[in-house]
Amino acid sequence: MEKRAVGDPGYGRAMTATPAAGAPAIEAVDLVKHFGETVAVDGVSFSVPTGTVLGMLGPNGAGKTTTVRMMTTLTRPTSGTGRVAGHDVAREPDAVRRAMGLTGQAATVDELLTGRENLRLIGSLYGLDRATIKRQSDDLLERFSLTDAGDRVVKTYSGGMRRRLDLAVSLVATPPVLFLDEPTTGLDPRSRVELWEVLRELVGDGTTLLLTTQYLEEADQLADRIVVVDRGRIIAEGTPLELKDASGKAALVVTVSRPDDLDAAEGMLRGISDEVHVDRAARSLTAPAEGLRDVTRAAALFEGSEIELDDLGLQRPSLDDVFLHLTGHRAEEPTDDGLEEVSA
Amino acid sequence: MSSDIDTRATTTGHLERPVIHQTSLLRQSLAITRRNLIHIKRMPEMLMDVTIQPVMFVALFAYVFGGSIAVSAAAGYREWLLAGIMAQTIAFASFVVAVGLTADIDKGIVDRMRSLPIRTSSILVGRSLSSLIHSSIGIVVMSLTGLVIGWRLRGSFIDALGGYALLLLWGFAMIWLGILVGSAMRSVEAVQGVMFTTIFPLTFLSNAFAPSENMSPVLRTLAEWNPISSLVQAVRELWGNTGPAPDGSALPLQHPVVATLLWIALLTAVFAPLSIRTFRRRTEK
Repeated sequence: MEKRAVGDPGYGRAMTATPAAGAPAIEAVDLVKHFGETVAVDGVSFSVPTGTVLGMLGPNGAGKTTTVRMMTTLTRPTSGTGRVAGHDVAREPDAVRRAMGLTGQAATVDELLTGRENLRLIGSLYGLDRATIKRQSDDLLERFSLTDAGDRVVKTYSGGMRRRLDLAVSLVATPPVLFLDEPTTGLDPRSRVELWEVLRELVGDGTTLLLTTQYLEEADQLADRIVVVDRGRIIAEGTPLELKDASGKAALVVTVSRPDDLDAAEGMLRGISDEVHVDRAARSLTAPAEGLRDVTRAAALFEGSEIELDDLGLQRPSLDDVFLHLTGHRAEEPTDDGLEEVSA
Repeated sequence: MSSDIDTRATTTGHLERPVIHQTSLLRQSLAITRRNLIHIKRMPEMLMDVTIQPVMFVALFAYVFGGSIAVSAAAGYREWLLAGIMAQTIAFASFVVAVGLTADIDKGIVDRMRSLPIRTSSILVGRSLSSLIHSSIGIVVMSLTGLVIGWRLRGSFIDALGGYALLLLWGFAMIWLGILVGSAMRSVEAVQGVMFTTIFPLTFLSNAFAPSENMSPVLRTLAEWNPISSLVQAVRELWGNTGPAPDGSALPLQHPVVATLLWIALLTAVFAPLSIRTFRRRTEK
């Protein structure tokens, strides 16, 4: 049988060499892209292990789209190397194209075609046979809750439906590596959360994902690792947790059950930190904390006391705080002298 | 492998990883052609440029201006006119290609296709094939309209086919111009502007609607060296709708079939490399 489940040991493709175990599915080394005088990407390096998600976070014009375009063979790097599933993006573009799927910034589905016809067009361009296309289309339409809309012309779809179809189309040949350029830009919160669910499923199935986003929450929700890009360079890198820790300012938050215990609780917390802030209305106390160790210490203290707690936890700074800390400007604001993002 | 089928039955099951087959340029191009033809099916008004518009031109010229345009053709102006309008309709093949291509580039469809393991040229070949089909519909409609107003094929069967073949070859050369304009312009509106202000005057400054003999010397020279005039003269002669060009006509009109073939070769030689370069520059950045 020609089909294989992703988790199978025999996972691989007929015409693409399977990357060696442990090798990164996506790798960029010193990628640079100039457009005339403009430097859109200025030496970007990253590596995405198979089956993980890399979030590329940055404002408009940071060079995210150009990086994705280089990694997906749409534009040649001025210098540097990109590898997808072990294949060089400049020297083996065909092998790269067989191994990856791309969902660009704008929903690139054909408005005059039905959902099914869109899937069929891309499926036949991949050289899939009719029966496979039919099976894949049925499966994808169901996964993306588009079964009922499958035979309708895309023009009648809502923004969220278009986005889902766009992603479905990228998955017709189930590429092991997927690039998503701002997949949820312009979507309402509900559609966004739905799309995240689908992406988590894909990753659960072994797909390697690189996604760019301007939404800090999105990177936080989906990514195993995050690179923060600004003005064509990577300015920070790490897990969402590491990035939050790097900007410090984590806080221990304790909520007591009885308002009468507030003072006693404050006294106990003083043992951990000098600046304890008490919010009487919320029955909560906040103190700067180093990390989880302080939570454990606090938990042990309260464990041996009479004070009853509703909640005890660590409040980490949001990625928004992280971005502000790293760049001096907020992620949503385009930089004044920022480069024009080359749109698809 | 029933376990595979079982897992597929739930939405959280594994995705199937089908085998990707290498396909030929022809198969890829036909898939794209098919998609462009579905567009016509969904928006039949896209065919107006090869149906209602040329029929309107026939009516306008044959019945409104026709009386005041004297031609030497035995069967009269209406028969003489038809090849001219067909040539104009085919020249607009470039328009169809340009508009379609600009829209596809603009909407990211071209990028989507370039991210697939296919030959990039299939995007252009597919676009060209659907444009030739589009133009062929126009040729059929024009021929039927011609039959209604008294136009007839008066030459041999082979010559008649030759006339049609020249029109299609001309359409092929025009496609390269379309790819060039479509790749260079940023919006469908810009394409329309450029095309209307170039193709329309070009077809009018020819023998398509009125004989060049009656034009002022400068205009006559321009008109007779206009490639469209060679095409129109060649098709008219092959269909037996006119006699040879009068003495004193420019050289291309004396040998219109050869001249047309040379023009087609020249236009293709100039526009094909130029258009492919422009297309790549536009899409590969």
